[in-house]
Amino acid sequence: MTINEKQDEIIEEFDLFDDQLDKTQYIIDLGKKLPPMPETQKTDENRIMGCQSKVWVDAELKDDRLYFYGDSEPTAQISKGLVGLLVRVLSGQKPEDVANADLYFIPQVGMGNLITSLRAGGLASMIERMKAFGRAYSVTENR
Amino acid sequence: MQSAIDNALDIQQIRRNFPILHQEINGRPLVYFDNAATTQKPQSVIDALTRYYEGYNANIHRGIHHLAEQATAAFEDSRRAVQTFLNAKHWQEIIFTYGTTDGINLVANSYGRRFLTAGDEIIISTMEHHSNIVPWQMLCEERGCVLRIIPVDENGDLILEEYEKLLSEKTKLVSVVHVSNSLGTINPVKTIIDKAHEVGAVVLIDGAQASSHIELDVQALDADFYAFSAHKLYGPTGMGVLYGKKELLDAMPPYRGGGEMIKEVTFEKTTYNDIPYKFEAGTPNIADVVAVKTALEYITDLGKETIAAHENDLLQYATAQLSELDGLRIIGQAKHKIGVISFVLEGIHHQDTGVILDQQGIAVRTGHHCTMPLMQRFGIAGTTRASFAVYNTRDEIDRLVLGLKRVHKMML
Ligand SMILES: Cc1ncc(COP(=O)(O)O)c(C=O)c1O
Repeated sequence: MTINEKQDEIIEEFDLFDDQLDKTQYIIDLGKKLPPMPETQKTDENRIMGCQSKVWVDAELKDDRLYFYGDSEPTAQISKGLVGLLVRVLSGQKPEDVANADLYFIPQVGMGNLITSLRAGGLASMIERMKAFGRAYSVTENR
Repeated sequence: MQSAIDNALDIQQIRRNFPILHQEINGRPLVYFDNAATTQKPQSVIDALTRYYEGYNANIHRGIHHLAEQATAAFEDSRRAVQTFLNAKHWQEIIFTYGTTDGINLVANSYGRRFLTAGDEIIISTMEHHSNIVPWQMLCEERGCVLRIIPVDENGDLILEEYEKLLSEKTKLVSVVHVSNSLGTINPVKTIIDKAHEVGAVVLIDGAQASSHIELDVQALDADFYAFSAHKLYGPTGMGVLYGKKELLDAMPPYRGGGEMIKEVTFEKTTYNDIPYKFEAGTPNIADVVAVKTALEYITDLGKETIAAHENDLLQYATAQLSELDGLRIIGQAKHKIGVISFVLEGIHHQDTGVILDQQGIAVRTGHHCTMPLMQRFGIAGTTRASFAVYNTRDEIDRLVLGLKRVHKMML
């Protein structure tokens, strides 16, 4: 699936809920399903600054595809769910597609105060980091 | 007791005075429990602001026209109202500021830089708001003074024996919070002031959280300086008060230069105005100063004691209800508290708690509440804090309890 197909899928899933709390529950559950990140990857370098809670993101290139790992401190389940959501959309894609992705699903799913608290909590920083991985790996490829 | 409070205050009637309370957030009626950050404003205060701008907006003191006179009179009326509110001896002891932070900075920059030198000691406490830490750190850095810290015990009380040990002839200034914004603790400021005076130190009290809940009398306290913010006592934002004893203020140099604060300016020499004006450079926040009088009247009409009794009832009720919840630990169990209840939920990040409560229409504050050293003292990153005002109800606390149960259910 392309990035946009995944985004459309998520928009459809969120359409099932009209209550903010249900959407939040869905995100929390996504976080619970996110495979744990090895402790060795939870480095300061991989830490996303600008989050109230600790969040880490890492990536690796396999067969020309970028795979993301993410985690948060165990108590910060919403942040973890959000990382999970981004991993779901961006993992397994070509680096240049990650770098150029237009993540239109975020305003569309209507996460309400999650978006604002995320802004404070660094959602933008998470996305920026993932795109930076995309750019870095597409540069290497072009060489 | 409960019925006496109910007789004295008709909360539903009071709620009708606050237009902002009557709205839904995420489809649920708003519960506003972030009063320690700022309180909501009654219609009378909103009207006072409108009346000023609609009827007599003008720059004060210098004008000779009718509107300027009217605005000046209202502005100075507010000063007298604050004087009464604090029971200050002289109206000249009331300086209008932008808020508590501004008042503390005034004392640090004017009194501090004039009278403190290398090796002098300043005592603050572990439970200070950053605005009562950073100005002193800046002063210490510049002047080579030393900052000493009164520790806090497990309940959230200041350890007074340790305070007494810190006091010496080197102590020049003591600056402590009257009521902790993170814990709710009411500090024994009278004792703190008396002890400091014994060694000849002056005392500043950060009254940001106390001003709307506790009866104030700066003469009885014998406070040298007392700072608070209007926005925390049902008044407008961007306006505050610094009280200072006349003899201290007279001896202090101004720290901001400009209009209003001068008598005469030539390029050779400028002579300064008298207090309070020498500390009020530039056009002040006239509208908000005018409206603060209405906010003080609102409090006085209800009666501070009556307000405090109602808030204390809410605190006792909330403490009992929240203590029933699994994994909830209250941070701050001092015997004397205002209606502030800070807590942590085991295994749940305070940010998540805040987001999910907000989705249920409940406004609380999460994080370190600008008291990071205090959070470090308790070994936590932050808390969730519910803080009460006169318009809150027991029903709203029930909503909070249900909301927290929902948080639990969603996370576990
Ligand atoms: C105890 C205490 N001190 C100082 C302040 C600073 O007040 P302001 O931001 O109005 O200057 C606050 C506000 O949160 C406070 O709670």
